[in-house]
Amino acid sequence: MNKKLPGTFIEKKQPDDSRRDFLKQSALLSGLSITPSIALKAANEHWDEKLAAAIEKTSLQLEINGVQQSLSVEPRVTLLDLLREQLNLTGTKKGCDYGQCGACTVHVNGKRILSCLTLAVMQDGQKVTTIEGLADGETLHPMQEAFIKHDGFQCGYCTPGQIMSAVACIREGHAESEDEIREYMSGNICRCGAYPNIVNAISEVKKGGKKV
Amino acid sequence: MSRLIFDKVIGDPMNRVDGRMKVTGAAKYSAEYALPGLVHGVIISSTIAKGRIKAIDSKAALSAPGVLAVISHENAIKVPGFADNEHPTEPPTGGQPLRAFYDNKVYSNGQPVAMVVADTLERARYAARLVKIQYNEDKHKTDFDTNKAQSVLPSQAKKNPKSPLADYTRGVKDGYKTAPVKLELEYIQPTEVHNPMELQAITAFWEAEDKLTVYDKVQGTKPTQQAFAKEWKLPVQNVRVISEFVGGAFGNGLHNWPHETAAIIAAKMLDRPIRLMLTREQMFFMVGYRPYTWQKIGIGASPDGKILGITHESIGQTSSYEEFTESTLQQTRMMYTSPNVSTVYRLLPLDVSTPIWMRGPGEATGAFALESAMDEIAFALNIDPVEFRLMNHTDTDPDKKLPWSTKYLKECIQTGAEKIGWKDRALKPGTVRSGEWLIGFGMGVGTFGAHRGAAAVRAKLMANGSILFQSAVTDIGPGTGTAMVQIASEHIGIPPEKITFQLGNSDFPQAPNQGGSAIVATVGSAVVAACTHIKEKLLTMAAASEKRFTGVKMEDVLFDKGELSLAKSPSVKMSYIDILKKQKLTELDIIQDSKPGEEGSKYSKYSFSVHFVKVMVHPVTGRVKVDKVVSCIDAGTIINKKTAANQIIGGVTGGIGMALQEAAVMDHRFGRYVTKDFADYHVPVHADVPKVEVYFTDKPDYIVDPMGTKGLGEIAIIGVAPAIANAVFNATGKRIRELPITPDKLI
Repeated sequence: MNKKLPGTFIEKKQPDDSRRDFLKQSALLSGLSITPSIALKAANEHWDEKLAAAIEKTSLQLEINGVQQSLSVEPRVTLLDLLREQLNLTGTKKGCDYGQCGACTVHVNGKRILSCLTLAVMQDGQKVTTIEGLADGETLHPMQEAFIKHDGFQCGYCTPGQIMSAVACIREGHAESEDEIREYMSGNICRCGAYPNIVNAISEVKKGGKKV
Repeated sequence: MSRLIFDKVIGDPMNRVDGRMKVTGAAKYSAEYALPGLVHGVIISSTIAKGRIKAIDSKAALSAPGVLAVISHENAIKVPGFADNEHPTEPPTGGQPLRAFYDNKVYSNGQPVAMVVADTLERARYAARLVKIQYNEDKHKTDFDTNKAQSVLPSQAKKNPKSPLADYTRGVKDGYKTAPVKLELEYIQPTEVHNPMELQAITAFWEAEDKLTVYDKVQGTKPTQQAFAKEWKLPVQNVRVISEFVGGAFGNGLHNWPHETAAIIAAKMLDRPIRLMLTREQMFFMVGYRPYTWQKIGIGASPDGKILGITHESIGQTSSYEEFTESTLQQTRMMYTSPNVSTVYRLLPLDVSTPIWMRGPGEATGAFALESAMDEIAFALNIDPVEFRLMNHTDTDPDKKLPWSTKYLKECIQTGAEKIGWKDRALKPGTVRSGEWLIGFGMGVGTFGAHRGAAAVRAKLMANGSILFQSAVTDIGPGTGTAMVQIASEHIGIPPEKITFQLGNSDFPQAPNQGGSAIVATVGSAVVAACTHIKEKLLTMAAASEKRFTGVKMEDVLFDKGELSLAKSPSVKMSYIDILKKQKLTELDIIQDSKPGEEGSKYSKYSFSVHFVKVMVHPVTGRVKVDKVVSCIDAGTIINKKTAANQIIGGVTGGIGMALQEAAVMDHRFGRYVTKDFADYHVPVHADVPKVEVYFTDKPDYIVDPMGTKGLGEIAIIGVAPAIANAVFNATGKRIRELPITPDKLI
């Protein structure tokens, strides 16, 4: 994979190493912006990484989909980005990062929250359930079954958030009528517009009376 | 007509083949591929609308932890294709697309001007804020209204007077002017943004110096492969585009945008896989939109309700560097019997980013004007708008002067009127109430060309009797894979559970962009052809070991349940498994292409829809509630009534947004949108969408394709916005000609 191309300056290494390599080498290459000598010195002595290790990260215990995880994260990392970028649990979706679309809905201790508006460190010690943890092994959750049966999606991107929200909607007692479902599901946008089918799916699960 | 309630469907409302993956979070979208050494990019966009970049100060960003590079025109490697006169990623309709990090010029506010790459997303995002960019600003033009006089004829029409974009007259130019009853009306469609739920994303990496792989949110893997091969001057087969799942697109994946090239540049410079996901704000100005469009309709009729003339003019916004055009005026030429029709199409280049087709594209914009104007003149004539449309119905295409391949619009209109309860509608607006709410009914017609293109599929019959199909086509949500499995099942005689349809990979055979409601007709036809090819081979092989199949014609053989048998004596049969076994074959592997024949050119081919809407309007607050929608669809054979109905419901939902909520609002002092998230730019949510009843004629059109389908993704939305506007008029007596119909316009 190593090759000589203009502007190519990094060998395949761990991310933390590569930046230092970049800083060192970039002074020799005119390909990228000039790096000031102070930064070069800092890089050579690994100031930034030491600093990051010392103060930027904090330890965190989370039970995710029934598995206890000991993690070390920067405090600015959202629960959403922790799930997607560090734990490769990409079933939880990013649709806006502003808490306006619901695609990132997960359960914390069984209640729905927007993981994009939640810093991971705020949930220390809590139980997180994502769409990957909703089914019972190979047996789908009744809400997942109902979404398939009623075609409660098209592209599928908002679907994990819709399903997590739908389960919570019933648990909260907010699925007593179709109008109530529409009201309490309105934080979950489906741009494909499968709304009536989602409402049908939730109504059916609610009427089925199974514990969700 | 078959009613679409899922427990009563005629035909097979099969569950989606990828349903389980979508409900379990297993479906992988473009930003979700974990690759070793993956780094993260964040795009920095310009804060001026026009000018030049004076200086980029990236020192602070480069010294921030984890930062690997700050890339801009100052240091980006040269994209080989950029040196050519024409940009290789060809624009959809004309001009030259923006070249990422090519020079210091800024053409629109929000244009990508630099990118920060870091080892984590947080670090890249933080460092992006540390990059300081100075500009030399030029005076910009972004305001449509104040610049409208500078609109131009598209260059396509200048070069070719026969172009559909050229000025058109049938009969007498502006013939409406001499009609006894005439109206001149202006309509505004504001800028609307696709805003699929999945943010535009790409994961790019160079497998070798001359070998590129991208996981990209696009509507066509083959067109994207071609574009990047040209851009990087690579052999086509050295570029691989994977789009296995696409989180909605609605048109914005029909163009390759600068952020994609930016990610590929960074991947090349860093020799690392890079993941880049735009922000919701960036979705408003980096990946296209439905253009702001002004329209004027002059319509004239006789007092007894015959249309005598229609003139439809349109000016659509485009960027200063690309000519984006769409088919806003086509339906006015062919929908009604008018002897005199004129259309005039113009573009207004502004210092904004380039628009791109958004669902229903120009036809949805055009239908808002045409179908509103139809309602307005029907009212002026004191004729029921349903009656008025039936009076001006045409049984041949008055534009092309050809017979329709099929057209069941009349039946659709009659069914829709009955199902919505049109008889309860009062001709006089503002007279029906339910409690404190005003009640109104409206309708709008939609149409879109029934297109079929060329495609190929691979079919591989396995020794165990299962069959695999492969096509480069994407599925942005309609359920393409599911429909293809159903088509294949019927034509090869193998049950759906033994059929796999793989898609979304440019390594697979040719398929066009998923767009223009043409994929079932195009790829489905190739699936049918592949099945025929396999069946012919099976029959030949069967004859080699079973004499009674020798010399038998295809039409005398049944292919069902994984067996072929003689139609006249079904006990003479052989299973596909045995045929392969006797030939000592582990698989039967073919690639079959397919394209439309000449026959279709003798007909005018369109899908049709009619949407009926009942609204409730609160007279004090101006709130509009869509209470009920009935959509009647003439789209030929329906392959899967469950997914097809979902498409229609989705289009209606999009139409509710178009009619009542959606408008991207720009602050022209800066040329920048002030609506940049879902708090400011409203799209329909659960509470905005009522039950939508969908009826299909389900009558095949074998002139379009061998399955008899006509396509339905676009007609799902075309005609919805005017139906709502007409219903609001019927409820209130207020005619709103500028979308969206927000409460402030009604109180």
